[in-house]
Amino acid sequence: MSLRIVVTVKYVPDATGDRHFADDLTVDRDDVDGLLSELDEYAVEQALQIAENADDAEVTVLTVGPEDAKDALRKALSMGADKAIHVEDDDLHGTDAIGTSLVLAKAVEKAGYDLVISGMASTDGTMGVVPALVAERLGVPQVTLLSEVSVEDGTVKGRRDGDAASEQLEAQLPAVVSVTDQSGEARYPSFKGIMAAKKKPVQSWDLSDLDIDAEEVGLDGAFTKVEAATERPARTAGTIVKDEGEGGKQLAEFLASQKFI
Amino acid sequence: MAEVLVYVDHVDGAVRKPTLELLTLARRLGEPVAVALGNGAADTAATLAEHGAVKVLTHDASEYAEYLVVPKVDALQAAYEALSPAAVLVPSSAEGKEIAARLALRIGSGIITDAVDLEAGDEGPVATQSVFAASFTTKSRVIKGTPVITVKPNSAAVEAAPAAGAVEALSVTFSDKATGTKVTGRTPRESTGRPELTEAAIVVSGGRGVNGAENFSIIEALADQLGAAVGASRAAVDAGWYPHTNQVGQTGKSVSPQLYIANGISGAIQHRAGMQTSKTIVAVNKDAEAPIFELVDFGVVGDLFDVVPQLTEEIKTRKG
Ligand SMILES: Cc1cc2nc3c(=O)[nH]c(=O)nc-3n(C[C@H](O)[C@H](O)[C@H](O)COP(=O)(O)OP(=O)(O)OC[C@H]3O[C@@H](n4cnc5c(N)ncnc54)[C@H](O)[C@@H]3O)c2cc1C
Repeated sequence: MSLRIVVTVKYVPDATGDRHFADDLTVDRDDVDGLLSELDEYAVEQALQIAENADDAEVTVLTVGPEDAKDALRKALSMGADKAIHVEDDDLHGTDAIGTSLVLAKAVEKAGYDLVISGMASTDGTMGVVPALVAERLGVPQVTLLSEVSVEDGTVKGRRDGDAASEQLEAQLPAVVSVTDQSGEARYPSFKGIMAAKKKPVQSWDLSDLDIDAEEVGLDGAFTKVEAATERPARTAGTIVKDEGEGGKQLAEFLASQKFI
Repeated sequence: MAEVLVYVDHVDGAVRKPTLELLTLARRLGEPVAVALGNGAADTAATLAEHGAVKVLTHDASEYAEYLVVPKVDALQAAYEALSPAAVLVPSSAEGKEIAARLALRIGSGIITDAVDLEAGDEGPVATQSVFAASFTTKSRVIKGTPVITVKPNSAAVEAAPAAGAVEALSVTFSDKATGTKVTGRTPRESTGRPELTEAAIVVSGGRGVNGAENFSIIEALADQLGAAVGASRAAVDAGWYPHTNQVGQTGKSVSPQLYIANGISGAIQHRAGMQTSKTIVAVNKDAEAPIFELVDFGVVGDLFDVVPQLTEEIKTRKG
């Protein structure tokens, strides 16, 4: 039996660009270049490694997002994923985490899966809750925030480094996994990989393919509302001194003036 | 008055500071009712009462330690159903966010994560969040169901507000999903004796400029003079110089102390995401062009191996 791995990936505005909000207070995706969220590259990497260690496996990358989100799929395909699914629908604009998890869960079910792998969070929304939500919806174990992961004989194992302790986790497949940026450097697409990716299949689904009503998603379906977004005022320019032998003392003087010492 | 459910983060009965901050915020919205689960749950009551909990619902079962997240979601849901609260507040730890999200989905509510402030509003609580690496501040509301909101550490002051804190046993029936992910081993973090990174009033961090694990003793010495927590950039963590639990930034901890001291850290956007909301920022860097200087209240352009030990000595002298 082939191990069916679905990797959820997000196309996000470049964090080093000038990110801001559109007039409807959704994330502006027009003015800043987009890319595959770096944190999802770790998920693709772990999926590929698990597939390489399995007798027979297939890695599908799945994204929900606008037309340009295909770039994220292409990148994942050129890293080595076998095929891709793009869920795209105008009614998805403004979908929040709860809605996104609905679309992902429906798409994962339609695609067929033994293992879902996600990144630890998106680099734009940074909530880090979508994998837990997808697991809740699918009714399968949540094995999240792993810095180490392996799959053997239908069992997924991993290490979760929490605040108070580092935990060893174990669950039966099917399951939802998320991996951190400590899970291992993601590979760069090779030239061969980039060429091969052009021939790999990318399926497009819309909401009706997933039996989702437009009212359940998008800004209308959202469970939360951003009422105001203001740019943080630039910090007032501070004092900068050049160390000429007294830098440490000058700094101590500053800290004392602010009552820190 | 409406009740507000507060999920308690505690270690064997010792309540962690972010939960006490949540009680301060909860009191703005209604009467705080705390939910404490697992080993030592009942021992949390006295502290919670001192900080405003009118009731403390407790439940202990081995499932909380033996299985990941879901048993806690089942319990919080049981508390929600018993109370019908006006809002549910959870500390914004990795686990807290997962618990909150699954609860929100089950009860048909929206979720807001990583709030840095909360106010009562005509149409329910308004949450302030800091987004895009803290370059924007947003005000948001949950518009469906009972608001489920997770709040970052250091978002409110801990205030004494004595209340009854009556302990009540919570009755919990675990769902069949509760035992899905087994915790087969647990290695507790070794205590460093320093304050918790996310809770500390002062954080002293080191980056690639520290240039070696052994040199982190310079950073630690300064931290100890100030009673501070030690942080590190991802470059320092990836190099193996300092543990990942101390990483500050987008994929590490997000901190908001009174004072943040960055040593040998350039100030990349992903690092800023985790420290930009600090009240006072100080940096030592030998490159005058380093972007970290755009954020500082006070900066020293110089070699940290000269500046930091001198600073540590000077503090020692001043303290007498
Ligand atoms: C998805 C993603 C997530 C990330 N998450 C994080 C995160 O959570 N946290 C994080 O920190 N980074 C994160 N990064 C990495 C980030 O982009 C930077 O690479 C990293 O922050 C750089 O660390 P640094 O400032 O220590 O190193 P550098 O950028 O190399 O800067 C070192 C600085 O030290 C100074 N220096 C050197 N020697 C001395 C000396 N003797 N005295 C004084 N100054 C000296 C240099 O002038 C320089 O400015 C992430 C990146 C990505 C893509």
